[in-house]
Amino acid sequence: AAEEGGPCSLSKMAGADGDDSLYPIAVLIDELRNEDVQLRLNSIKKLSTIALALGVERTRTELLPFLTDTIYDEDEVLLALAEQLGNFTMLVGGPEYVHCLLPPLESLATVEETVVRDKAVESLRKISQEHSPVDLEVHFEPLVKRLASGDWFTSRTSACGLFSVCYPRVSSTVKAEIRQHFRTLCSDDTPMVRRAAASKLGEFAKVLELDYVKSDIISLFTALASDEQDSVRLLAVEACVSIATLLPQEDLETLVMPTLRQAAEDKSWRVRYMVADKFSELQKAVGPEITKNDLVPAFQNLLKDCEAEVRAAAANKVKEFCENLPEDNREQIIMTHILPCVKELVSDTNQHVKSALASVIMGLSTILGKDNTIEHLLPLFLAQLKDECPEVRLNIISNLDCVNEVIGIRQLSQSLLPAIVELAEDAKWRVRLAIIEYMPLLAGQLGVEFFDEKLNTLCMAWLIDHVYAIREAATCNLMKLVEKFGAEWAQNTIVPKVLGMANDPNYLHRMTTLFCINALSEACGQEITTKQMLPVVLKMSNDQVANVRFNVAKSLQKIGPVLDSNALQTEVKPVLEKLATDTDMDVKYFAQEAISLLCIFFSIRPNLLCLLNTSQMLYFPNSIYPASMPFCTVCCLQQHRLNWSNK
Amino acid sequence: METTKLPPSSPSSPTTSFSVPSAEKVDGFPRRSMRRARQRRSHSSSQFRYQSSQVELTPLPLLKDAPVAELHDLFCKKLQQCCVLFDFLDCVADLKGKEIKRAALNELVESVATSRGVLIEPLYPEAIKMISVNIFRTLPPSENPEFDPEEDEPTLEASWPHLQLVYEFFLRFLESPDFQPSMAKRYVDQKFVLQLLELFDSEDPREREYLKTILHRVYGKLLGLRAYIRKQINNIFLRFIYETEHFNGVAELLEILGSIINGFALPLKAEHKQFLVRVLIPLHTAKSLSIFHAQLAYCVVQFMEKDATVTEYIIRGLLKYWPKTCTQKEVMFLGEIEEILDVIEPSQFIRVQEPLFKQIAACISSPHFQVAERALYFWNNEYILSLIEENCQVILPLVFATLYRVSKEHWNQTIVSLIYNVLKTFMEMNSKLFDDLTASYKVEKQKELKRERERAELWRGLEEHQERRMQMLTEAARNHKRVYSRLASPRWQLFVKRRQLCDPRSKPYLLSDLSV
Repeated sequence: AAEEGGPCSLSKMAGADGDDSLYPIAVLIDELRNEDVQLRLNSIKKLSTIALALGVERTRTELLPFLTDTIYDEDEVLLALAEQLGNFTMLVGGPEYVHCLLPPLESLATVEETVVRDKAVESLRKISQEHSPVDLEVHFEPLVKRLASGDWFTSRTSACGLFSVCYPRVSSTVKAEIRQHFRTLCSDDTPMVRRAAASKLGEFAKVLELDYVKSDIISLFTALASDEQDSVRLLAVEACVSIATLLPQEDLETLVMPTLRQAAEDKSWRVRYMVADKFSELQKAVGPEITKNDLVPAFQNLLKDCEAEVRAAAANKVKEFCENLPEDNREQIIMTHILPCVKELVSDTNQHVKSALASVIMGLSTILGKDNTIEHLLPLFLAQLKDECPEVRLNIISNLDCVNEVIGIRQLSQSLLPAIVELAEDAKWRVRLAIIEYMPLLAGQLGVEFFDEKLNTLCMAWLIDHVYAIREAATCNLMKLVEKFGAEWAQNTIVPKVLGMANDPNYLHRMTTLFCINALSEACGQEITTKQMLPVVLKMSNDQVANVRFNVAKSLQKIGPVLDSNALQTEVKPVLEKLATDTDMDVKYFAQEAISLLCIFFSIRPNLLCLLNTSQMLYFPNSIYPASMPFCTVCCLQQHRLNWSNK
Repeated sequence: METTKLPPSSPSSPTTSFSVPSAEKVDGFPRRSMRRARQRRSHSSSQFRYQSSQVELTPLPLLKDAPVAELHDLFCKKLQQCCVLFDFLDCVADLKGKEIKRAALNELVESVATSRGVLIEPLYPEAIKMISVNIFRTLPPSENPEFDPEEDEPTLEASWPHLQLVYEFFLRFLESPDFQPSMAKRYVDQKFVLQLLELFDSEDPREREYLKTILHRVYGKLLGLRAYIRKQINNIFLRFIYETEHFNGVAELLEILGSIINGFALPLKAEHKQFLVRVLIPLHTAKSLSIFHAQLAYCVVQFMEKDATVTEYIIRGLLKYWPKTCTQKEVMFLGEIEEILDVIEPSQFIRVQEPLFKQIAACISSPHFQVAERALYFWNNEYILSLIEENCQVILPLVFATLYRVSKEHWNQTIVSLIYNVLKTFMEMNSKLFDDLTASYKVEKQKELKRERERAELWRGLEEHQERRMQMLTEAARNHKRVYSRLASPRWQLFVKRRQLCDPRSKPYLLSDLSV
């Protein structure tokens, strides 16, 4: 039967119902109408289940009419319905019946609530692709027209999103009608509709024939870009990108540029913000010549704008803009036009502007090369590293790799250090957290010597931070450092300090020792773990604080697979057994859990245990469990097999 | 066109006496403006982008000293002088100019307010121009992007020392006995009003207060603009509800609408009903409802008092948008429902009682005691109690199960004792019904459980059925795909070609041939 699988066999399958009468529609509809909104919502979310139970025919003739008639419900239910219907094609019998879904979706597209409407439009766009060209003209396009001339603004806004999906596939007379409808909506009385039209202008332009783009779209674009409401004007900026891409270079100057220039100078900061935000796209769309003559001065103005929002948006684009400049005189443009503005922004009054700049400024070094970077950019980096706002400093530090490639990090290290130290001690813990996350990267770039000398103390200090998140991050940081610098380095620099904390009077610090051991044991290897760490952990099992004791149990469970067999049998097992009889119930619980998970290691013959530290594949060559599964879990799962083979 | 009464409750005009020493009036918030000035010293506000070179102001003679023949000319010159804008973010810049303008504005305000015959036709365009130049500006981005009007201090307008006087002048101008709407309407046009409405988004409450009074006067005096103003307010609200969720002047606009609704003619026009159903009711969904809820509830009740037939729309609307997670809003909704019930007509009450009391029952069982308490307070309201009593047969069965259950379960003792009182009231109202319900409580509970089991059963069956069906479908789809991928594979195409080469008459291949 499989070989007959043509396009229609799917619908046949869905239609071949043996048990149509199993579920009377009344029962199902009762579920969809339940008084409790939550239950109603649940049923709607499983609408496809209901449709499957009914079969395609009854879904079309009974379920869909019911849904169409009863669309007055909580927006949440409607949203779920709108979403479901977008995936219903197969459930109504495939593409030839897809138009049955239009009536309920049409009603949903006129609802007030924006999310419902948007979802309905999304579903309509989806199923429009499944319409045959004939169905599109007979069923879909009339729906679009009805929506476009609806009384209330909601249906007209929905219509805006549907023109572009049906335009390419209809006859030229219908095309003309669609263009007319779109034109009408662009000058609609209600700003909501004009906004919807403006936001779809670019998309619609893309499906239009070039002649109509020039004759229709440009005039609409110009009108929307000078709308009385700035919320409409700013959407026209977005459309500008697509329109400019469509037009041949020689038409851009006359058709698009006057409007774009006007937008970059608009009296509303929102419009200027939008221009700044879309600058890279605009730059690519208009090409190198116009960029040189028009966009460079416009960009300079945006970088100097009086509103911080606009400056920040422009600052964000500095790197991308410079990258995309025509290569022949890129350097000259940057040096004479852009860099002076950038220099000013480094000492801007607004911290958002400065931090936006700091997040991209390092990227300029690859564009300008070594000499320019050292001469012009380095002073700016250094200034930003000393900025009063921590976010600015962080952004610089997080992008150090770009500079590293061009001039090497050594140039910066003298200023880097105070900046890092200051961030490391910042009063805001989120700032401290952020700098910790860059530590492994920094350590890699600065090298082990510099690290030992300057940063090691910081990393250890974080372990006794009063915020747990910092201590946790510091632990994780140590692990990454050990991965970078190796076990020997760990043994000399980190492990003694970590273990020293086990005698701290503060129980939180004692616990930190345990957390560090958890993180480090694997990276440090069996020798260090068994000889140095294990004794400390075992000693802590007598701690008077229960939290420490149950963390000992957890730690033993964690480091068990790393330990050698002898230690496990003779040292770990007795301690865990003792903890399992502790007076505190949490300690008991975790001790028992550790015992049950480590039992495999306790019972295995010593000569097999030596293999345990190698990979799972080595030990269980025919393992059916994924390599990512924790090793000890795999061991437990394999236990009965092992027992069997030992016999 | 309906009449608009300007009731005594209309927004009070912000009173400023002119004898107040200017220094105090100029800056009541020195520290704040200093701080702002420091923060943004190197960049001026959007307003100054196009004013390239600052004009030097020279003081003009005083209006009161001017001979009558030159009065209008001088007035006009002063208006023009006041069109010059100053940068207040730089608090030390051009102090002399600022002082000259401030004095001129003060004089203009006083002249319009006190002397008769000043406002002659040629002055209208000049006055409106001066006002437009000063007040119309793109509002700057909020300094605090997550500005919460309830929690945060608003950013105050730096240029308020001048701006206030301009607003004051505008207000006096509109209120002057010489003011002629027929002349003003040429200059105070739709575009002007639209810009005025956009200013309501200002974060500065002082500015919004002036705007409110001014818009109210404009609405009262310029009849031709009324429909347009209403339409634009609609648009602002719809954008607020469905697009941005942010607009600072909602409360002020609602306050104006409250008095506008008061003046609506009967029967209500479709436009006004639409406004109620599609704008006012959805406004209840806003996150920041608490800021304008009082004004909104006032508008809603106004509508009901005008025309009782809208009651059902209102109640059903509120029930539709009933808050699901925000208890603070739920308490507000309950408050509004009580306000509505206070004035509801008994015939209308009957139409909504069922869904309404289901919701009230749900509120009573809320674990948040303030919600439960607010709902139970309804029974302390005599008018509501009389409505409940009249319809006891319907209402008691709706709430009984909830009351019974919550009286045993609620953690808060106050709620439990309130519920006992309510139960006692019901018992006194209709003891027979009460006893019947008590007796059938257990049976009903059992029935409910059974229904729930049946539902679970039904869905389990449905899901099993779906699983079977989906398996069939995916299998079919897989086969389908396999067939097509084979068709596209180079080996199959080669095979087809070869066969065609062998026998050029062979028919085009069918999918079923693939099984070869």
